[in-house]
Amino acid sequence: MNRSRIGWSVTGAALAILFLFPLLWSGWASVRTGSGFGLENYDRLFTSDNGVRPHHVINSLVVSALTVGGTLFVATLGGYAFGRFRFPGRDLLFLVTLAILMVPYATILIALYVLLGWIGLEDTLIGLSLVLIMFQLPFSIFMMRNSFEAVPHELEESAQLDGCASVGTLVRIMLPAVKPGLITVGLFAFLTSWSEFFAPLILLNSTDKFTTTLAVVNMRTASHGSIDYAALEAGVVFMAVPCLILFAFMQRSYVRGFTSGAIKG
Amino acid sequence: MTTVISPRREQPAAQAGRRTVRRPRKRQTRRAWLGIAYAGPAAVMVALFFLVPLVLVGWMSLHRWPLLAPPTFNAPENFTDIGDNELVRSATWFTVKYTVVITVLLFAVALGLALLVQHRRPGVGFLRTAFFLPMAVGFASASLLFLGLLSDEIGPVSDLLRAVGLIDGYVSWTSGSANSALGSAVVLVLWRFAGFNMLILLTGLQAIPPEIYEAARVDGASRWQTFRRITLPLLRPTIALVLTLMVTGSLLAFDQFWILTRGGPDNSTTSLVMVIYREAFIRLDLGSAAGISVVLLGVLIVFNVIQLGVLRRRSS
Repeated sequence: MNRSRIGWSVTGAALAILFLFPLLWSGWASVRTGSGFGLENYDRLFTSDNGVRPHHVINSLVVSALTVGGTLFVATLGGYAFGRFRFPGRDLLFLVTLAILMVPYATILIALYVLLGWIGLEDTLIGLSLVLIMFQLPFSIFMMRNSFEAVPHELEESAQLDGCASVGTLVRIMLPAVKPGLITVGLFAFLTSWSEFFAPLILLNSTDKFTTTLAVVNMRTASHGSIDYAALEAGVVFMAVPCLILFAFMQRSYVRGFTSGAIKG
Repeated sequence: MTTVISPRREQPAAQAGRRTVRRPRKRQTRRAWLGIAYAGPAAVMVALFFLVPLVLVGWMSLHRWPLLAPPTFNAPENFTDIGDNELVRSATWFTVKYTVVITVLLFAVALGLALLVQHRRPGVGFLRTAFFLPMAVGFASASLLFLGLLSDEIGPVSDLLRAVGLIDGYVSWTSGSANSALGSAVVLVLWRFAGFNMLILLTGLQAIPPEIYEAARVDGASRWQTFRRITLPLLRPTIALVLTLMVTGSLLAFDQFWILTRGGPDNSTTSLVMVIYREAFIRLDLGSAAGISVVLLGVLIVFNVIQLGVLRRRSS
């Protein structure tokens, strides 16, 4: 018994080191300079010709804010409708929304590129955000529907009998009750939009519209000669820190999102 | 407040027989309209950004559709061209090979980790977090991280292997040879996604009632027997789900190859989605890209439907 416990600890520790090592290494490599330690790599990340510019960071923040806001808006209303109302076409719309998961990303992005061109949103942050919101909908609406379904009916009915209008009920009574779901949905919308690479790569053409992820990757792909690896690691750290901070503070919402996403199948 | 409400709430229930005829129906239609109004934004989003593009990609696949000129009908040229496209053939073969390798390795690692951390004991929370933490880093960032980690310039991997004498001289992992480039991507994907799949398998493991294990222990079953006869069969729906996610994800691989190996050396690690991207934005032929997309889409939908059928049958 005791020996198996030691074996377990040693295996676990070795694996933990293996999984944590790349993260720790990138932090270390990003501050390591030729002569010692310093922020030179970060300096090059933000000043070199192909580097990241402040407006790239702002673009990322704008896309994240639009995506989080839009996802929360659409998914809250949608989740409320699916969880609490019966109307014709309800099950069909819910199924079609979930079907977004069955149709992979990459296969319809070419069409989305053409479509955004038609409605004048080609190469815009709004167009990109709308697409990202759409891809968030299956998970978000599923999550919000379950959250609304779990709210006791008495709560809603008592509010209505008190003369609360439907919108008032939603905002004042229901929203506080589904807060955990909202946090999870918002968190995942942020993480996706902040780190997403493929959709911005296809939908954004001009370098001044690039998100930070795109700009950092561009430092690798646009360089024909030598790659500035140290500045790249600085970029990796810059991108990862917000996500890791969120992870540290919201681990529970994180895990709930992943496991509920898993059960849905 | 409750004293005022509760008698009123009981009223409809008491008089249900008399009242179902008029009031509730009117209320129901009002509720239905409210529901439609609330579902409106979702319906618009799904219709405009999912259903329309879905039809459009099919429509585009029937046309010669240059990026910058008006489209002309040319069906079924985009589909017949796929067969003649040497790059599509090699990319298909590579994508299938990659999918098999990743699915086998990732499943083995994820299941191993899940079994390692399935019971509560001191330190288990830390291990779960450590294995899952890579998931917090975006996949594109993770690819860049490994580009540096595996590089000879600043990465410690080559130095480490040289120190223990496994390799000598200069080794370029991500672009040296087809196998080492594939290997680099595999290691990256294992690192980044093992914890995620571990978490899904863990929820499945924890849903198995402890009494069953207890009964097996009383019957004197060995650890291996318990695993083969109890854990694996009861975990089957979760395993099916995890395998589906892995296969779908691998067939659509892009970021890791685009960033880590650039599809090289000599297109040996060019995946199907990379070919779609190249047809559309380098060769500027959107029709051809749409044609390949439609075929890929068809394969994945068939795969998913079969998968769903299998899942249904097993759970019933």
